Amino acid sequence: MLVDDLRGMFYIALKDLRAYYFKPPNISWGILFPFAFVLAFAIRNPGETLELVPGLLGLTILFGTSSMEAIVIVFERRIGSLERLMLAPIGLPALLAGKLLGGMTFGLTVTAVVLIIALAAFGIGGVNWLLLLLALLFSAAAFSALGAFVSVAVREVFEAQTLANFIRFPMMFLGGVFVPLAAMPPGLQAVARLLPLTYSVEALRAALDGRPLAHSLLDLAFLAGFACVLFGLAVRVMRNKQD
Amino acid sequence: MNEVIQAGGLTKTYPAGKARPPLRAVDGIDFAVRPGEVFGFLGPNGAGKTTTIRMLTGLTRPTSGSARIMGFDLAAEVTQIKKRIGVVPEASNLYDELTALDNLVFSMQLYGVPRRERRPRAEALLDRFRLGEKRDAPFAKLSRGMKRALTVAAALAHRPPLVFLDEPTTGLDVMSARSLRQMIAGLRDEGVTIFLTTHYLEEAERLCDRIAVIVRGRIVALDTVEALKAEAEEKTIVEVTLANPDGSQEKKRSECDDGVETAIQRALADAEGRRVLAVTTLRPSLEDVFVRLTGLSAEAMLAEKGGKGGGNAGG
Repeated sequence: MLVDDLRGMFYIALKDLRAYYFKPPNISWGILFPFAFVLAFAIRNPGETLELVPGLLGLTILFGTSSMEAIVIVFERRIGSLERLMLAPIGLPALLAGKLLGGMTFGLTVTAVVLIIALAAFGIGGVNWLLLLLALLFSAAAFSALGAFVSVAVREVFEAQTLANFIRFPMMFLGGVFVPLAAMPPGLQAVARLLPLTYSVEALRAALDGRPLAHSLLDLAFLAGFACVLFGLAVRVMRNKQD
Repeated sequence: MNEVIQAGGLTKTYPAGKARPPLRAVDGIDFAVRPGEVFGFLGPNGAGKTTTIRMLTGLTRPTSGSARIMGFDLAAEVTQIKKRIGVVPEASNLYDELTALDNLVFSMQLYGVPRRERRPRAEALLDRFRLGEKRDAPFAKLSRGMKRALTVAAALAHRPPLVFLDEPTTGLDVMSARSLRQMIAGLRDEGVTIFLTTHYLEEAERLCDRIAVIVRGRIVALDTVEALKAEAEEKTIVEVTLANPDGSQEKKRSECDDGVETAIQRALADAEGRRVLAVTTLRPSLEDVFVRLTGLSAEAMLAEKGGKGGGNAGG
């Protein structure tokens, strides 16, 4: 049973990557979109460009993992092909985990490209690579689960895009990407603490600053918590809709 | 006999929505499907055919009742059941972006077909369904008939002993529908058990060993085609061909339980002075049985389905 589930997850992710994710428009959009935002901010605040790198990575992984994933599940449900996966001898959690794995792989790939460009531009001295890897993985899991939750909660592709943007855009401005959390009013700081991007950017910043892993354990725990809760909700909503 | 499907009291009730009351789509149905048979499941739109298939294939849970499929309990062993069934849904639902070959290989990957067997088996299926030349064409580029054939092929890729076919020929042109029926007959010859829903009564008559008729969630008849027709033979059916004043012809049917003479008299009473060109007594068809059981004509059934093409069950 576990073998069936693991096999199903792997091949669903592989199929999604081939069929939907690794297409030139997705790759270019996944990389250009965060750069465009950060560039606009950097032009206005030229002295703070280096400070923006963790946020740039956080944005890339947020949009890279969640954008297509939120659409893919709704799209497949509309054309009926999601039903093929539901008929396969795998559990519903494994099916959704396969979808998550596809989103995570794509998000991590485009983030790796952005990371290489950022490190080439700003240098790689003092990076805590283990923390960086864990921060990227946990962020990808949390954002991918967010994409899955959005996709099972709606019926139409446009609804998925609307809901995803409704969640992501405020997160972008409150998650410490452009404005450090400490500079925000206390009320907004409290809101920011409810957003996974906040913990992602904090952990990425700590990794790039070379801080020890122990410094960001809480951030990683929150990201893992967001991933588990959002994934659990997605499975539950999908199961309820199935019946 | 070890039944392939044994359903008892199978019920599905959908809870009330914003603007609709609770709906009992399937209402305590009992039936058994025998090994190697083509079991037809007929009924008008909304009768509960697709809901029944969705329950039996694990897509939705029954509200009550039980089913065993190939000896496995539907409630407790659905994964075991899924390994052993193939499902062709009403709409062809493979992946537009993948080629014909890749779609088949992906189906086999999901079902754990060993890697070395996948490609040869996919090639053989493509040849069998006359899609060999389209192996590298994306699913999106195939004709409707080819898409349907490939969807059937994908359902067979892991060699399931039981296949569910939900309206397999709906929307197909006559030739594609005929070709698909030949494929279904071929499966039966290989010993595959087939659970078939269709709106085309001639198709059911031609392909099915036994037929269940479902109306408003309940099975109202279940027997062999011949036995169902024999019941209807108690009635006499007479068809009178009349000449209209404008030169056109009109056929009128009359049914009654009191013998041929009465039936002819009734038919002639409808002539309204027009010339009678022919009087024919008819054996009841499955359509007559269906009309009697459901109160719905075959034409009405096709019309509500928007069916075309596949209705000609020739071949």
